[in-house]
Amino acid sequence: MSGPDPIRAAFRGRLGAFTLDVDLTLPGRGVTALFGPSGCGKTTLLRAVAGLHRFPVGNCAVAGDSWQDGARFRPPHRRPIGYVFQEASLFPHLSVRRNLLFGARGAAPAGTEALRFDEAVDLLGLERLLDRGPQHLSGGERQRVAIGRALLSGPRLLLMDEPLSALDRPTRDEILPFLERLQARLAVPILYVTHDRTEVERLADTLVLLRAGRVEAVGPLATLQSDPTCDYARGRDAAVTLDAMAEDHDPEDGLATLRVGAHRLLVPSPPLLPGSRHRVRIAAGDVSLARVAPAGSTILNILPVVIVSGTPAEDHAVLVVLSLGQDGPRLLARVTRRSWQALGLAVGQAVHAQVKGVALARA
Amino acid sequence: MVDPEILSAIRLTVELATISTLVLLVVGTPLAWWLAHSRAWWKEAVATVVAMPLVLPPTVLGFYLLVALGPSGLGGPLAVLTGRRTLAFTFTGLVIGSVIYSLPFVVQPIRNSFAAMGTRPLEVAATLRASPVRAFWSVAVPLARPGFLTAAVLGFAHTVGEFGIVLMIGGGIPGETKVLSVTIYDYVETMRWGEASWLAGGMAAFAFVVLLAMAVIEKRVARIGT
Repeated sequence: MSGPDPIRAAFRGRLGAFTLDVDLTLPGRGVTALFGPSGCGKTTLLRAVAGLHRFPVGNCAVAGDSWQDGARFRPPHRRPIGYVFQEASLFPHLSVRRNLLFGARGAAPAGTEALRFDEAVDLLGLERLLDRGPQHLSGGERQRVAIGRALLSGPRLLLMDEPLSALDRPTRDEILPFLERLQARLAVPILYVTHDRTEVERLADTLVLLRAGRVEAVGPLATLQSDPTCDYARGRDAAVTLDAMAEDHDPEDGLATLRVGAHRLLVPSPPLLPGSRHRVRIAAGDVSLARVAPAGSTILNILPVVIVSGTPAEDHAVLVVLSLGQDGPRLLARVTRRSWQALGLAVGQAVHAQVKGVALARA
Repeated sequence: MVDPEILSAIRLTVELATISTLVLLVVGTPLAWWLAHSRAWWKEAVATVVAMPLVLPPTVLGFYLLVALGPSGLGGPLAVLTGRRTLAFTFTGLVIGSVIYSLPFVVQPIRNSFAAMGTRPLEVAATLRASPVRAFWSVAVPLARPGFLTAAVLGFAHTVGEFGIVLMIGGGIPGETKVLSVTIYDYVETMRWGEASWLAGGMAAFAFVVLLAMAVIEKRVARIGT
């Protein structure tokens, strides 16, 4: 496999009563979400990658460069990282401009695609904040400055520790598009710690599930979302996200036509540029199954699918994994056990998935 | 016309306080840093030793210093370097005594400032490629500025006001160790109450102005900081 060098992060050791034992090889591009309940070690893992915490046993390499190996340990200030903390942690004695430039001097080592100052300011919408002090910014503005500051240091790996969790919902929704733009613009891989499924669904390409200091599962987001053996897929709020391409838009009804593999979905949406790439989210609870193609339904999206598996889930439900064509993307449906039996559904059967709700996860 | 003896005492006092304050900041800052960040179990023992001048009678401290600075103490061999027999009853000896005596007043506020900012700003600086030295000068010191200000003012004022130790190790040699507080004492001893009351009043006014200025500045710094 060509492409950027993978990221290696293997650490073992104790921190108080907590033990971390992970050995991960992660793709050197895109967003990898570290997901898990609080106390599962995701922040500790991130700090170990940054060199802010030193585990006696560890191996860490990024972009073909070894940061920790046996007794060799590179201190954090010699690692080309950008780190965004949960609280923005801006330097209170410096203006926004000087905060942004703090790590920018001597940055941009050869071979990295560094972000220019005005480009970062533009990307994060910081223009009118530059000469203010951090104490005169809102929480969301502060976090945007912190992200810009980390980016301007020319990182080869961006580490983000629940950057949105200290913010209220409207402020998060205001920042998420910035993060999406950022990800589209930069080739820098991102490790993103979160316990919020929405953030995972909007941002992540790869998912690492952590529990009690260990890796429970790791893989491409779509794979884990539709793996019924994985806790992540069995929860009440299970959903899949699908890569989609915009084809058309009907302004009268406010509906966009998006292509997913060989299928088309109608999604409520503002106008989208034809050919642009997006991500749609379909919750397991919004998909029902029918053996014959339903007629006269209000449901807009009815897709022919094949049942891949049916797994008993909580509350007498069955979690059904569906495939959109051979090796096509997967969908999840949550149906009652009674329906599963009454319809005589079985693995390998062709059925019709009625998708009641599709939403753009990434505009 | 001001008595030349008083002028000499004022000059000497200001010199002593200025030099002592500078030495205190140079010695006190790394000590405060270590006390704020170290996890050594014996750290508090060191902090206690530093704080002892707060409660010891100055004469006790003065006595030990006199022994230490004298020919049979550490001061003897050091004094030889400058062609003297002892560091006791010298200006250098006074500086050493003042530094030890005023150390807690300088270390405490700086230590509190370093502790209050926590390790986060330093971690942030490190993730932005700042070496520990750069992080110290460009982040820790500016953030601890109120602590440094308090430390410098208290160190200076406290040195100006010290008496017991100066009397024990200084001896009141005009132009060398006879500072203001000793001068007042001498005036009272020789029944020159008029001069004594002028000097005492002046020092009381000085202390008032210094503390008031510090309170005002601290308030302003706090306002900028929020």
